[in-house]
Amino acid sequence: MELVHRRRRGAELFLLLLSLVVGIGAYAAVGIGVDGKVPADIITYGGSLSALVIAAHVTVRLKAAYADPVLLPIVSALNGLGLAMIHRIDLAPTGHPAHSKFAAAQLVWMMLGVLGFITVLVVIRDHRRLQAFTYTFGLAAVVLLLLPLLPGVGKTINGARIWIHVGALSFQPGEVAKVLLVIAFAGYLVLHRDALALAGRRVLFVDLPRGRDLGPILGMWLISLSILVFQNDLGSSLLFFGLFLVMLYVSTERPGWLLVGGVLFGIGAYFGYLTTAHVQVRVTAWLHPFAKDSGAYQLVQGMYGMAWGGLTGRGLGQGAPQTTPISWSDFILPSLGEELGLTGVLAIILLYGLLVERGLRTALICRDNFGKLMAAGLAFVFALQVFVVVGGVTRLIPLTGLTTPFLSQGGSSLVANWVIIALLLRISDQARRPPPEFSDVSEDMDSTQVVSMR
Amino acid sequence: MNRPIRNLAIACLVLFAALMINVTYLQYWQADNLTSLTKHPDNVRVADSAFAEPRGAILVKGHAVAQSKKSGDRYKYLRTYPSGAEYSDVTGYFTRTLGIGGIEATQNDVLTGNSSSLFVNRVIDLLGNQNPQGGIVSLTINPAAQKAAYDGLRALGSRIQGAVVAIEPATGRILAMVSSPTFNPNRLAGHNFTKAKANYDRLLADKLEPLNNRAIELRLPPGSTFKLVTAAAALSSGKYTPNSLVPGGTTLNLPETSHVLTNENGESCGGPKITLTRALEVSCNVAFGTVGLKIGADAIKKQAEKFGFEQPPFFDDLDDQLTHQATSVFGTPDRPQTALSAIGQSDVQATPLQMAMVAAGIANNGEVMKPYLVNEISSADLGVVKLTPSKVLTAHAVSASVARELTEMMVGVVTNGTGRTAQIPGIQVAGKTGTAQSLASRPPYAWFVSFAPATSARVAVAVLIQDANVERNAISGSGLAAPIAKAVMEAVLNQ
Repeated sequence: MELVHRRRRGAELFLLLLSLVVGIGAYAAVGIGVDGKVPADIITYGGSLSALVIAAHVTVRLKAAYADPVLLPIVSALNGLGLAMIHRIDLAPTGHPAHSKFAAAQLVWMMLGVLGFITVLVVIRDHRRLQAFTYTFGLAAVVLLLLPLLPGVGKTINGARIWIHVGALSFQPGEVAKVLLVIAFAGYLVLHRDALALAGRRVLFVDLPRGRDLGPILGMWLISLSILVFQNDLGSSLLFFGLFLVMLYVSTERPGWLLVGGVLFGIGAYFGYLTTAHVQVRVTAWLHPFAKDSGAYQLVQGMYGMAWGGLTGRGLGQGAPQTTPISWSDFILPSLGEELGLTGVLAIILLYGLLVERGLRTALICRDNFGKLMAAGLAFVFALQVFVVVGGVTRLIPLTGLTTPFLSQGGSSLVANWVIIALLLRISDQARRPPPEFSDVSEDMDSTQVVSMR
Repeated sequence: MNRPIRNLAIACLVLFAALMINVTYLQYWQADNLTSLTKHPDNVRVADSAFAEPRGAILVKGHAVAQSKKSGDRYKYLRTYPSGAEYSDVTGYFTRTLGIGGIEATQNDVLTGNSSSLFVNRVIDLLGNQNPQGGIVSLTINPAAQKAAYDGLRALGSRIQGAVVAIEPATGRILAMVSSPTFNPNRLAGHNFTKAKANYDRLLADKLEPLNNRAIELRLPPGSTFKLVTAAAALSSGKYTPNSLVPGGTTLNLPETSHVLTNENGESCGGPKITLTRALEVSCNVAFGTVGLKIGADAIKKQAEKFGFEQPPFFDDLDDQLTHQATSVFGTPDRPQTALSAIGQSDVQATPLQMAMVAAGIANNGEVMKPYLVNEISSADLGVVKLTPSKVLTAHAVSASVARELTEMMVGVVTNGTGRTAQIPGIQVAGKTGTAQSLASRPPYAWFVSFAPATSARVAVAVLIQDANVERNAISGSGLAAPIAKAVMEAVLNQ
């Protein structure tokens, strides 16, 4: 028998309290930095943040008692830091009064996120049941991705047509599609992995798949390309294709797919560069950000902010993150870098690293292939998204618009990411829960086999 | 499926490691470069924060001529210039969007507290958890001399174009430096940036260039004041003594041409043969033209170089983005032009600072000191951190005996010659007037250089009136420039 995992809910609670110290402390520090005093609403703010986090914790205790104890505290800390930074930018004298309510709205979104988190844990008792919805989710994801292109519903914001607008509510369907796609990919690949894994021929030490098995990857490649071309969304395009490729590799254990995918990615990237002005602008801005008319104003401002922050940062409320356009969303990491310094940024990247590591660990110990694949996909989606957005704003790779999970202002992203964490906890609970014990049945052949769940 | 998941974990580790290394590069190694305003002037964060820091004061004899006052707005401090326009050519200006100039620019590191000479103070501030304080810059300016120079120019009108420079001959300390027309730096340093920009644009558009520091930037023919250099060369050559007789007639035929050189008023200098001393007293063009031709252009040029002409810039205390010390030139005259160059015309051009240095060199027994404006740098609590030492620019521009002879000749100019208007009762003043022609279409420039007391001089002055909006015949070194020089010298001597 393999090792029996402990519940570790007490450890989770302890870490959650630490994360609340980070979140509420950051909020207080913002008040001190900007106004010189602890904000008057610290009790209500701290209270609601704590209530949300504790509600999530209680749900985990009741519905997923064996789940990983580190994931929720990481998310709570990141979400708290994000809220504090959005609040800090709200307070900055930007001359845009419309922006001054971002933090309040974000808290509401966090509430919805936690609600989604609780709902997932309550409704989905076993993640394997999601496999039944493979094609439903796949279709839903495609519809969601296409929605922004519909006239009347879709809306172009900051150059990318990735928003839908219903009444007063605007929403980025791509974020929800991300979750659905992971489930759909996992369901599909678990069924078809044998064909995709075994057939093929060997060329130069690498097993290459058969031509007729290329269908799915080519389909995904075309979908990603069309997201780039029709929606001008480089980030999502990269994210979805990368996600599919990695899940394909994990399910088939066959590096040849990575080669095929890499070649396709190269072709797609080159094609995108040639045909889309959007991509050309981003690449030029990446290569020569300080050239005149480089189009890299935002990137350069973010870098100036981070450089000014230096090792230890200006201190919360004492920098000028509002100088960078969209400093509360895509560029929230440079904002944090400016005020918390390299120290803070490294801590945040480490938190993401831990998040991914816990997700992949869940995949490793999961007993069923569908769960394994889903957990690996969900964990990797965070890794890739963080890499693309953080690498983009720090000029490691060309800038592509993606939200920074749990930090960026933006409702769809926050809710979707909370749901992902709930799914990971569900899989983790299943994986860590001790397996059913079989009673000894050799004595009495007539009695039914008794299975007792712990 | 565990093997690919483990590989995936390693891949993710690589991705996150790449992010961390890149962020470290950005926020640690690249940070100094990106926050340097000289390399990235569009970094508004640094510019804004620098603008919101308390800067050290610029002091003149213990009184602030530039200081930071609490402003109560988002920039926290307002830079103010209590003396208004009087010191503007020295202090320069400190603005958020229009750049910085003058001492504000050249001593920026000290004033912000970032200078390496203030490093110890910075560490103490850091350990004591205090905000770093800017250092204090004390100038060599003598306030009474500065006021006399400023008032003297202003008395001729606010739109008069001219400059005054006063130097302490023994050290090279600049005692007064005024350029006219000038500007009020308070109007550029205000926090209403739109208004400041409008004021700045008006200054830029002004044909009279009020932002120019004429004392160091403007190069004009020095006219008869240059005869001091020619006389120095003549005496040093050994071919002349102050009593040597030189031609004093009405005209000098220039060699190889049909042109003739006449005296300022077209008359004779007082006989066909006069002494060199008399020639200087009456500023005789014919005499000095002849001397110039006799000793040759090379000798005069070498002498001029010893006083600072044709030298690489030696005065950098005001070297900011807009302002640079102009190099005074002698040129390479042909034979007929040598006669003109000898009397400070033709291609000869000098700044007021340069002419003050000629006077100061003669006053200091032939030793020309490097001019400087920053007397000392002190920390915020007034502990002196660095005292600027005097430096010699040319040890023997002329020999001590030639300097003595020149001084006596210059005393003669003020006692019985063209410089009578600079006489100070009870004190021997040495001086030389100049009225330089440029084009027939525009009025001549009036110059006056002098020092006092004639023995062991405490102040040497150069005054230039470029254009004073007066009648052509009312312009002369003795009429317009000498009284200002006199006032400046008196201001120093009366202390």
